[in-house]
Amino acid sequence: MFKVVSKEEIAPKFHRFVVEAPEVARKHRPGQFVMVLPSDDGERIPLTIAASDPGSGTVTLVVQEVGKTTMAMGLMTAGQEFFSVVGPLGTPTHIERFGTVVCVGGGAGIAPMLPIAGGLKNAGNTVLSILGGRTQELVILREEMAAVSDEIIHTTDDGSFGRKGLVTHALADLIAQRGNPDLVVAIGPAIMMKAVAEMTRKLAIPTLASLNSIMVDGTGMCGACRVEVDGKTKFVCVDGPEFDAHKVDFDLLIKRLRMYIPEEQVARERFMGAHECRATAGIARG
Amino acid sequence: MADEILGAPELPKAERMKVQRHEMPVQNPLARIRNFFEVALGYSAETAIEEAQRCLQCANPPCVKGCPVGIDIPAFVDLIRKADFEGSLAKIKETNTLPAICGRVCPQEEQCEIVCVMAKKYKPVAIGRLERFVADWERDRGLVSTPELAPPSAHKVAVVGSGPAGLACAAELARFGHKVTIFEALHKPGGVLVYGIPEFRLPKAIVTFEIQNLARMGVELRGNFVIGRTATVHELLNGYDYDAVFLGTGAGLPYFLGIPGENYIGVLSANEFLTRVNLMKAYDFPRSDTPVRTGRRVAVVGSGNVAMDCLRTAKRLGAEEVICVYRRTRNESPARREELEHAEEEAIDFRWLSAPLAIFGNEEGFVTGMRIQRMELGEPDASGRRRPVPIPGSEYEIAIDTAVIAIGQGPNPLATKSTPGLELNRHGNIVVDERTLMTSIPGVFAGGDIVTGAATVILAMGAGKQAALGIHDWLARLARGEVIKPQLA
Ligand SMILES: Cc1cc2nc3c(=O)[nH]c(=O)nc-3n(C[C@H](O)[C@H](O)[C@H](O)COP(=O)(O)OP(=O)(O)OC[C@H]3O[C@@H](n4cnc5c(N)ncnc54)[C@H](O)[C@@H]3O)c2cc1C
Ligand SMILES: Cc1cc2nc3c(=O)[nH]c(=O)nc-3n(C[C@H](O)[C@H](O)[C@H](O)COP(=O)(O)OP(=O)(O)OC[C@H]3O[C@@H](n4cnc5c(N)ncnc54)[C@H](O)[C@@H]3O)c2cc1C
Ligand code: SF4
Ligand code: SF4
Ligand code: FES
Repeated sequence: MFKVVSKEEIAPKFHRFVVEAPEVARKHRPGQFVMVLPSDDGERIPLTIAASDPGSGTVTLVVQEVGKTTMAMGLMTAGQEFFSVVGPLGTPTHIERFGTVVCVGGGAGIAPMLPIAGGLKNAGNTVLSILGGRTQELVILREEMAAVSDEIIHTTDDGSFGRKGLVTHALADLIAQRGNPDLVVAIGPAIMMKAVAEMTRKLAIPTLASLNSIMVDGTGMCGACRVEVDGKTKFVCVDGPEFDAHKVDFDLLIKRLRMYIPEEQVARERFMGAHECRATAGIARG
Repeated sequence: MADEILGAPELPKAERMKVQRHEMPVQNPLARIRNFFEVALGYSAETAIEEAQRCLQCANPPCVKGCPVGIDIPAFVDLIRKADFEGSLAKIKETNTLPAICGRVCPQEEQCEIVCVMAKKYKPVAIGRLERFVADWERDRGLVSTPELAPPSAHKVAVVGSGPAGLACAAELARFGHKVTIFEALHKPGGVLVYGIPEFRLPKAIVTFEIQNLARMGVELRGNFVIGRTATVHELLNGYDYDAVFLGTGAGLPYFLGIPGENYIGVLSANEFLTRVNLMKAYDFPRSDTPVRTGRRVAVVGSGNVAMDCLRTAKRLGAEEVICVYRRTRNESPARREELEHAEEEAIDFRWLSAPLAIFGNEEGFVTGMRIQRMELGEPDASGRRRPVPIPGSEYEIAIDTAVIAIGQGPNPLATKSTPGLELNRHGNIVVDERTLMTSIPGVFAGGDIVTGAATVILAMGAGKQAALGIHDWLARLARGEVIKPQLA
């Protein structure tokens, strides 16, 4: 069992968990994730390791409530346990001194960006971060990201904080002002990563995207996570999650993410029925 | 005792042959396609005893040679005849640690039973069913016979993978008195026995029972631990201080066909389909959280045991039409006959001599159909089977909501690729010494599907036991200072 040492709501429907998983903490490298099975009858879901502390044997996960499993996790409290946490999975980010790197994080994608930006910073890169969310509160981990960035730009869809608009607008302006960076890392909704990839492809800026396909085992055994990269089938959980964004078939990824929408709906409604007050409160906020 | 069962007398040889082989009682096909309960119901004690009476007690029994682990078949069968079920099971357990499982899933008709002397003129003794019977008898009565353990040795061994190879290896090592830890990537132990083979062929409670037995023998089980990620083989030997490692990581990498349209939504590997249903209990969705979608028409490509399991699972999930697409004929189908017949009884639509050419989908990316090429049998190929060749102009299309690809699995490279110095063959299987099952790294052993490629439960189990002997021997030499543990690479 994997004890939740602490849990806090860092933004509406965003929770930060610190979980005991000593072996995972010891081996974690930026870019890796864990598969979490919150309860015996639950679903295994992939979550990026946002931070790890080998000393205390804990990993930090930042979870956005989007469906049944993540909503149920939102109701958990410190002291409770996850049935299983396995990892660290995936191929770590290739980190070296590239020069100037722009880290583009959208929504829940900011959490996976944190250790990568940190790693890049430690390796001597100039890290420029662009963080976006729908509204002010949803631009998460601002302080943590500021600590590992040389500069930081915030965007919100509604203009409540930072620049009004999308992260891609900010990225275009940044490139126009400063010229091409040596690398762009994009993590966020598939549609956002696709937009970033299309922009940087034209400018021939090397770009990495961390893909968030649906997973079951996370160890290369099922093929649920497959995507097409450069016309070849790849398994995100072992070959990725990071790929050359210019070669990823994002349309396919976006389609495959919709696979279980009716079932997810059923699970969500069933869950909300059982947790009425709390869940409707969540919806009202969302 | 009220339920005491008396044995039956030895019949004269000529009489034995007159006794018909006892059929296995099964759930009615119409009923069973609506549930996940076991299809084969098992012999009663009376039936088992009568069946046991048929054995000729051959002096030089060929059946024993047919069994990959050489169970003393006449001996255990005769003990059943005498109604000494505990004694019978003890006899089996001398060589087979997982009889309730092998009795169910072994391809008996190609192993012990095919060579049974009775098979020449009559039908073979139902060895597998008898084996299953005694194992169930014990379990049903809560009688647990853990084997005697040697006094504790000073050695620790890491077993990687909790499939039949790892379980058998761990049991044997524990008997020798070694401290064993099993490392398993998934959250439940059992390998293919839990994530692959469906409940209706192998109830999970049986696997759980066997694993509890191991725990009773002092074997430690660590789930959620991926070798190659959570720790490497070299770290097990050094940081974690194990004296030897057994790799039983199986053949878990799904193959796809490489035809157009294979990444449409609703095209699943057999592993994904079965894992969702078995391990993650998707058949119970939404009471369990993991969904699986099948729709009304499901096509399964392939015709081995794995394909049969997918076909029959799809049927039970409520698909109206379940179609098997296989490029050879029924004769070449690698599935066990019994499974094939059960599938036929369950109204699976078998399309023999049919090769998938392409998969179609709609705008949203969901699979909608499959183009199929009709084949005919040509000249025999390298495997001796007649090679299927396309019939020009015979293509046709079927409408489907789901396609499951069950054309085989290869070795999952997570553990092997992260182990420098480990010799692999060109398919990615681990190369081992035939006798000891030691790999190219001293102190690291391997067995089961990771060595042989996808095979059978009994072969994996046999390999696990054989490796345990190799390990035991190696540990003795380690203690005598004749060998040393490899240092961290
Ligand atoms: C490598 C990787 C790392 C990830 N890291 C994080 C993280 O650090 N924090 C975080 O909040 N989320 C992360 N995700 C996404 C997270 O796994 C999903 O949000 C989660 O599985 C949703 O489960 P659910 O039951 O709550 O929702 P569901 O009801 O299953 O899904 C709701 C909706 O979420 C989307 N979705 C479903 N599964 C996934 C998925 N695997 N990835 C992305 N979207 C999905 C679909 O559009 C779906 O309609 C990561 C995904 C991957 C593949
Ligand atoms: C659907 C299906 C039906 C079958 N039906 C039959 C049948 O009827 N009769 C029969 O005899 N055989 C059958 N087989 C074949 C049989 O199940 C296998 O040959 C047998 O299970 C192989 O045993 P194993 O121990 O080598 O590997 P597996 O059973 O595959 O176990 C390997 C274990 O290792 C774990 N693992 C892998 N990599 C790692 C890692 N890096 N770190 C930690 N753990 C790891 C896996 O999660 C798994 O639990 C079937 C197979 C399938 C898939
Ligand atoms: S283990 Fe398999 S082959 Fe051996 S006797 Fe039992 S059923 Fe036959
Ligand atoms: S070959 Fe058949 S009849 Fe002879 S001992 Fe074996 S099971 Fe009995
Ligand atoms: S999640 Fe199963 S292979 Fe990637």
